[in-house]
Amino acid sequence: MMPHCAYVLRIADTSLILAQRLGEWVGHAPAIEEDLGLANVSLDLLGQARMLLSYAGELEGRGRSEDDLAYLREESEFLNATLVEQPNGDFGQTVVRQFLVDAWQLELYEQLLESKDPRLAEIAAKAVKETRYHLRYSAGWLVRLGDGTDESHARVQDALTRLWPLTGELFSTDEVDREIAQAGIGPAAEALLPGWSARVAAVFAEARLAAPVMSPFSWHGKQGRHSEHLGFVLAEMQSLHRAHPGATW
Amino acid sequence: MTDNSQDWPLYEIFIRARSGLDHKHVGSLHATDARMAIEHARDLYTRRQEGVSIWAVRSSDIVASDPADADTLFEPARDKVYRHPTFYDIPDEVKTL
Repeated sequence: MMPHCAYVLRIADTSLILAQRLGEWVGHAPAIEEDLGLANVSLDLLGQARMLLSYAGELEGRGRSEDDLAYLREESEFLNATLVEQPNGDFGQTVVRQFLVDAWQLELYEQLLESKDPRLAEIAAKAVKETRYHLRYSAGWLVRLGDGTDESHARVQDALTRLWPLTGELFSTDEVDREIAQAGIGPAAEALLPGWSARVAAVFAEARLAAPVMSPFSWHGKQGRHSEHLGFVLAEMQSLHRAHPGATW
Repeated sequence: MTDNSQDWPLYEIFIRARSGLDHKHVGSLHATDARMAIEHARDLYTRRQEGVSIWAVRSSDIVASDPADADTLFEPARDKVYRHPTFYDIPDEVKTL
């Protein structure tokens, strides 16, 4: 697969899988207000995924639509970051995962505004406004929980310790990233680290959370090698389309 | 869904549909603090582009008239029609009066 297409798919799949995970909260959130809040974020992410998947299909040039790509690919063909396929856990763990990804997406979309690929720059222009709100929402909750009761603090700190090692992947540059950066299409993965670290550290300080040490081990979801969780996400997400191919509303 | 939101204070939400109009009461919601009240209001009441501005007020901060006082408060105005502005011609150009 050509690097340009793989690069777009990575961003698309990361949004798509996170949207699916957030969708699992609908009907189960701690309050009806949060039910809607999480669903809104999920729908924003799904909208981003749709634009990006359609574009990836065009780049691929094999006539695959957004639905073909979302519903008919196998696990190893998904190129999302491993972090977003992790289970929701409790509300605190969902907030931590969301915050780490929101801060990364905001950095990514801000840099993609300068992309030499006009389609990606357009998509980033729309997504960046949505993502600013997502980050505001997740950062607000992270501070509330981190700086809240002893229990809420312990829960989010615990979630942070668990999820932190998965953030390394977001900033490890591989062959695809290098070619994309050289062509001016997008930032190299490592170029997102300084901005992300600064945003994250500022909120951690307010939330009284300690950032764990970055682990040298890196996951490779963006190369199609996933944790054990993605298979279950896909089984649920794709079941309807596979049972009723081409189903529409 | 659990009923944790019952522990959260209630906020009344007012939305301004577009610039120049008044904020109108649209409903209420639970939130732990003012910031969350605005974010919840944004998610609940402006997701179909209903507004350009949000006000949130703690419900407990609203002072309300007692329905039992209705006769005393509102009855005396009933026979004073001369207070209505119906004796003026409204120019056609005025849209929102």
